[in-house]
Amino acid sequence: MVVKIEAKDLGVCYGDIRIWKDINLEMMEPGLIGILGPNGVGKSTFMYTLNKILEPTEGHVYLDGQDIKEMDYKDVAKIIAYVPQRSNETFSMSVLDTVLMGRYPISGFTTTEEDVKVAIRCLKIMGITDLAMRNFNELSAGQHQNVMIARGLAQEPKILMLDEPTSNLDVYHQLYVMKLLRDVAKENGIIVLVICHDLNIASRFSDRIILLSKGKIVADGPASEVMTSQNIKDVYGIDADVMEVDGRPYIVYHADENMGIGNNTAYQNATEFQNREKGVVKKKKKLFGKSE
Amino acid sequence: MNFRNFIEELKGRMSLSKTLIPTDGESDEEYVFREYKVARHSKIIFFAVFIVVFFILLGYKITLGEYDISFFDVYETLWKHITGTIDQSSIVERMNDNVVWEQRLPRVLTAIIVGIGLASAGAAMQSMMKNPLADPYTTGISSGALFGATLAMTLGIYIIGGFYGRVLNAFICALIPAVFIIFLSRWKKPSPAMMILVGIAIMYIFNAFQSYMMLRADPNAASTVYTWSVGSIGMTTWEQIPIIAVVAIFGFFALFLMTRTLNALNSGDSYAKSLGINVDRVRILCLILISVIAAGIVSFTGIIGFIGLVSPHIARIFVGSDNRILLPTAALLGACMMLICDIIGFLIIGATLQIGIVTAMIGGPIFMLILIAQQKEVW
Repeated sequence: MVVKIEAKDLGVCYGDIRIWKDINLEMMEPGLIGILGPNGVGKSTFMYTLNKILEPTEGHVYLDGQDIKEMDYKDVAKIIAYVPQRSNETFSMSVLDTVLMGRYPISGFTTTEEDVKVAIRCLKIMGITDLAMRNFNELSAGQHQNVMIARGLAQEPKILMLDEPTSNLDVYHQLYVMKLLRDVAKENGIIVLVICHDLNIASRFSDRIILLSKGKIVADGPASEVMTSQNIKDVYGIDADVMEVDGRPYIVYHADENMGIGNNTAYQNATEFQNREKGVVKKKKKLFGKSE
Repeated sequence: MNFRNFIEELKGRMSLSKTLIPTDGESDEEYVFREYKVARHSKIIFFAVFIVVFFILLGYKITLGEYDISFFDVYETLWKHITGTIDQSSIVERMNDNVVWEQRLPRVLTAIIVGIGLASAGAAMQSMMKNPLADPYTTGISSGALFGATLAMTLGIYIIGGFYGRVLNAFICALIPAVFIIFLSRWKKPSPAMMILVGIAIMYIFNAFQSYMMLRADPNAASTVYTWSVGSIGMTTWEQIPIIAVVAIFGFFALFLMTRTLNALNSGDSYAKSLGINVDRVRILCLILISVIAAGIVSFTGIIGFIGLVSPHIARIFVGSDNRILLPTAALLGACMMLICDIIGFLIIGATLQIGIVTAMIGGPIFMLILIAQQKEVW
């Protein structure tokens, strides 16, 4: 059973800075959904609001029609698993213990044999059983990422959210992880939400792509509809050719000799949006009011 | 075998950080499962061994003193006292009972309770604040207690009179930093590092007032404050032990129930939230528990440094950072360290030496030795 997730009039400000607003979105089909957009557009923030890590400034998120504001953290955790982009553990445990952490919403204080078996299976899926007893902090960034994905899988969620799961991986693992996530979504009938920077990998494996830019959703749909030269030009300010490879869009970028951050119209518009919104927010803010 | 090899060997035995390569036809899953079991069991065995060490230290400590009593007589007497079978007609047995139960046990029990309380508070605080420097003292709790006691002893500001007046003063002032941090977290969400910085700032403020009062005070009162401030366990009586014991043991169990949550907090706030943990609430609850434990202990025994900081780190080297096993091990090691320090203090100088001095003198070098002997980073 797929759990439907719905965002309604969602908006977030960090202090004075408006990230985005009026986001309306529905996700009800199982599959891999890619979230794309330039740096700082608020992709991670969007993910945070969807799984109650961050309370949105305005709007609501509904899980199967239930407002997550009224849900307990525990109940949300039983549905949504989150895989952070980086981990910053001060005191690290063994890899297996780290993966077992993902079982917390299910088993609470005790770790059952079943938990350990699930965790080991997830390690096996990620091909890192040999690391099981290594200390998490001793591993490389790519290995960290594999462990954290295993931890997310161990949570056996209805909705899995991953923040740039492939950013530190080699090419083989990038493709493998994305394919794995797509298959996990299909086999278990769950929604897998992935933030990604690689347009080609996202196009290759996503069932749906959400393109964020300038504080709003620019495009939303299957890769073939979203990945157009025009969209890429608008969002990233890059000239690109979109070809078709294996029935999926494949993007070839043209690096312009005149490239420079200053003359990128896409980025200029993004900051313009944030500055324009700044004034609006300031007026609304009450004295000593919570500004988050 | 040198010290470094010894530690590495022990860590290998407990499967702390090693690469697993399965042999002879076993599937990966089964092999990892078995290794995991072995690792868990060796940690439990490590714990069990230290329980034995603990009882040896306990018995040995009680034999020390003017009156001669053997190790086995100590346990025989304790057993007879607990079961109520002391032979009242035997002078030797009554003497033994009096020495063991009335004269020596209160000090030893205090040492144990202080060790358990401070070490478990330290372990919990380090995980909660994600900071290896965190212990009940770096949040200003000890200086708060000291300030409260000084207030009572030099200026005569009591809430109630008598010995408990001093304790109550210390307790209330020890809670001030905690209450401040809790209010702060309601008003503005502080990071773990900020909490410690606030604690240290409060510590300096209290210390300044404390120094001023000491300089202005009558020398006798100042001397009493000073003796108390270096940490002593010899002044507690049977009447006071239940109070400290309840605070420390209750606190220990409450913290123990939170250990898996603490593990999650260690992976960062946002990840902990995604696991269904109300991070702010847990942090406040944890802080309250730690403050009550530390304040309870400090107000009775004065400042006994290093136990809360060092025992979690030593425990971490051997059993890893899973708080569910770390917290009990740290508590046990804390109790053992208190006993060892008390024994060493007695053997070198005599029973009157304040234990706070010994813990720092011995704990410091041991801690440094372990840190240097470490090959890999533990934190």
